[in-house]
Amino acid sequence: MQPELNIVALVSVGQHPKSGRARRAEQDARAVELGLRLSGEKVQVLHAGDVAEESLRSYAGMGLKQLRVLQQSAGADASLALGDYLSEHQPDIVLTGVRAESGESSGMTPYLLAEKLGWPLVTRIADIAKIENGEAEILQALPRGQRRAIKVRLPFVASVDNAAEAPRQSAYGPGRRAQLEPLPWVEAADEVRASFDEAPARKRPKRLKMVKAKTAAERFKAATAKSQGGGGRIMKDEPPREQAQAIFDLLLEEGVLR
Amino acid sequence: MILDWLLPVLLLSVLALALAGAVRRVSLWRAGQPSPVNIISGLMAMPRRYLVDLHHVVERDKYMSNTHVATAGGFVLSLVLILLVHLFGIESKLLAWALLASSVLMFVGATFVYKRRKNPPSRLSKGPWMRLPKSLLVFSATFFIITLPAAGILPEGFGGWVLALILAAGVVWGLGEMVFGMTWGGPMKHAFAGALHLAFHRRPERFGGGRSTGLKPVDLDAPVLGVQKPTDFKWNQLLGFDACVQCGKCEAMCPAFAAGQPLNPKKLIQDMVIGLAGGTDAKFAGSPYPGIELGNAKGGPDSTITEGLVNPDTLWSCTTCRACVEECPMMIEHVDAIVDMRRFLTLEKGNTPGKGAEVLDNLIATDNPNGFEPGSRMNWAADQNLKVMSEVKEADVLFWVSDGAFDMRSQRILRAFVKLLKAANVDFAVLGDEERDSGDVARRLGDDATFQSLAKRNVAVMNQYRFKRIVTTDPHAFHVLKNEYGDFGGHYEVLHHTTFINELVKEGRIQLGAHKGGTVTYHDPCYLGRYNGEYESPRELLAALGIQVAEMERSGFRSRCCGGGGGAPITDIPGERRIADMRMEDANATGAELVAVGCQQCTAMLEGVVEPRPEVKDIAELVADVLVESAEPASRKRDELAVEVA
Ligand code: SF4
Ligand code: SF4
Repeated sequence: MQPELNIVALVSVGQHPKSGRARRAEQDARAVELGLRLSGEKVQVLHAGDVAEESLRSYAGMGLKQLRVLQQSAGADASLALGDYLSEHQPDIVLTGVRAESGESSGMTPYLLAEKLGWPLVTRIADIAKIENGEAEILQALPRGQRRAIKVRLPFVASVDNAAEAPRQSAYGPGRRAQLEPLPWVEAADEVRASFDEAPARKRPKRLKMVKAKTAAERFKAATAKSQGGGGRIMKDEPPREQAQAIFDLLLEEGVLR
Repeated sequence: MILDWLLPVLLLSVLALALAGAVRRVSLWRAGQPSPVNIISGLMAMPRRYLVDLHHVVERDKYMSNTHVATAGGFVLSLVLILLVHLFGIESKLLAWALLASSVLMFVGATFVYKRRKNPPSRLSKGPWMRLPKSLLVFSATFFIITLPAAGILPEGFGGWVLALILAAGVVWGLGEMVFGMTWGGPMKHAFAGALHLAFHRRPERFGGGRSTGLKPVDLDAPVLGVQKPTDFKWNQLLGFDACVQCGKCEAMCPAFAAGQPLNPKKLIQDMVIGLAGGTDAKFAGSPYPGIELGNAKGGPDSTITEGLVNPDTLWSCTTCRACVEECPMMIEHVDAIVDMRRFLTLEKGNTPGKGAEVLDNLIATDNPNGFEPGSRMNWAADQNLKVMSEVKEADVLFWVSDGAFDMRSQRILRAFVKLLKAANVDFAVLGDEERDSGDVARRLGDDATFQSLAKRNVAVMNQYRFKRIVTTDPHAFHVLKNEYGDFGGHYEVLHHTTFINELVKEGRIQLGAHKGGTVTYHDPCYLGRYNGEYESPRELLAALGIQVAEMERSGFRSRCCGGGGGAPITDIPGERRIADMRMEDANATGAELVAVGCQQCTAMLEGVVEPRPEVKDIAELVADVLVESAEPASRKRDELAVEVA
């Protein structure tokens, strides 16, 4: 660990899936946790939005002395403000969640920031094992518990996956006392977002698998088996045209295209 | 005769030293936080609190209560008379004879103390406490002999200088233990601190037969939340710790100790004494915390308790069952202290073990401990057609459903209770989705911020509606609503369902058949019994079902906890046994085929014990099973239905 390492963790306002209440977002909290473990209290936690937002206190309760807020009104594009700030301050590592729990939740923020800063982006990381000589050894999370080791030169942007270490408990007292420091910041309205209509999600009908199981053990196996993708086909060497045709046919078959 | 001039000198110097000790001890207590007490009325009430309230507890052990009356009464009387006769030199045969009598009384008491100490049970502390009976004997015998001349029984100067020397040694030993030791930390400290503790108790409501069990709220704006160092306790809490006589009655009752979890309430109180005075536990002469060696704990008034003095696991092992408090002759408040220290760990350190953090997060985000959708609180009653307060605004009874609504086993209890309410035509309504967790678990886990937030919102909802009483099947919610919402503007008449059903039965509003089946025993839930003193209604109700309860050895105020309180299943501190298993053994010992309970948490804990074991049923279920439903209202219902359909 380098003593002078400058790590910024970006946090958003989360939303509980059941109650819809604002909360500490799970992935963002993991980003803060990772930051805390890499550089202790010196980690800088940054939010673009409203300093009065109560749920920010639950990040602060993880043991932060202060949390910086780029003041933005509700309809502003946070990624622009964050991008400005980061290019001005040039940290070594920027940690984000994979996607926000509220708002657009497009997962684009890390990409937009990496593009703006001209830095590499490592998606869905589980841990940063080591940082040495300006190079970080990162574990990237792959499906089903697999990991991929990656080496990246600083500076970089990384989005933190749910596979990363769970965030520490947020303590009320320190959360209350932490300083939330508002920085007036230019803002630009998010026009794309403004054109969206938000409505509660409708449950999509789920395709049921017919399981012909006689015993409980078989049913259990069927329920927990990883999807085999048995119907699929791997096309590696075929000409692109043929590959595209295969995808098109599948989409027709599944009724996605008509 | 050397004693003539030596005795007054010794008396005076010991008194002076004791006074200095008292000043020092008082300053140790006063390092704690302010807590208002009424000094004059407290001191005035002290003798009565000692003679009535304290002896009410001590009397459970007849041997010890008689012994203590003789020894302590004899000592106090002797000391006063010694000062009159031997210090002020009042020459009165009458006083001298009185002194002889009081020292005999004390001597007799002391012999019984001596006998008890011959083969002391493991709960008693050894060390200096083994010396105490001898000191008592020496003190009383010495002053008896010294006083003989003054009473005119023996001539002055009898026995010569040999006896005089022996007596002088006895005086030094006796006064050293009984007077000097009283304020300088010897076993007799309990008399000094104990008397003042009675006078300035933090819960004066407990005296005179009262009850005070609700936890006190945390000031959330304080610079440090909860108790970090000994001086963060209120001063009279520190005083209370100092009053401990190390009798170990708490230890003998503590379910966590019996389960081999690292908690011993007696040791905990002694650790608090170490904390307030500074030092280590190397000299502690009682049972250690199971699994933790003695000699490594160190503390001081201004050092963090959980870093070196008390292992956090000790604090998290407690089920808050109050068995220790109920048993303590010195009226020490163990649970208050434990929760105070937990508050620091949760609110300041963010260190709630086990599933604690998850449960608290869920409570914050969804108002229930398991993170279920708040809008699904009424799903259990989809077929019950219950009135909801937000629609009716007014009802005789508010049925507090509790988080049992989300649990399939508890739903059976809720259904059974609703069946009874309907059969008795009670005008009742529920809060439905407006109800939230009562905050019990959050508070016992030390998160008073979340508790207060839940309490305030619950109170705000309830205060919109009109009802006469609240009834609930959950003793934890019962306790919190009844005893802890008052601090947040919620003053209600709250009944446990067993009390309420018992009323219905007595008023003849429901007809019951007789219970069929084998032997039944009854498990008193801590939060119903010790916290709220309701031991009778459940038993009356069982009797109304024709059940003769086969009582467990530990029942009523001595009931052993099921292990489910205080968030203990959530923090889940490992021990050698499970508390629920031990409770089930208690039940098995009665030969019962069925354990009747009055709490969904107890039901869950006891049903978690592996079979074969007695069946576990809530009293509401037992009553509903034998409910005789009158045919008349049922047919009326059918008519109504027909009209609606038509
Ligand atoms: S705390 Fe009370 S019950 Fe426990 S040892 Fe001390 S005096 Fe006895
Ligand atoms: S409340 Fe119960 S578990 Fe806690 S220390 Fe007292 S007796 Fe033991």
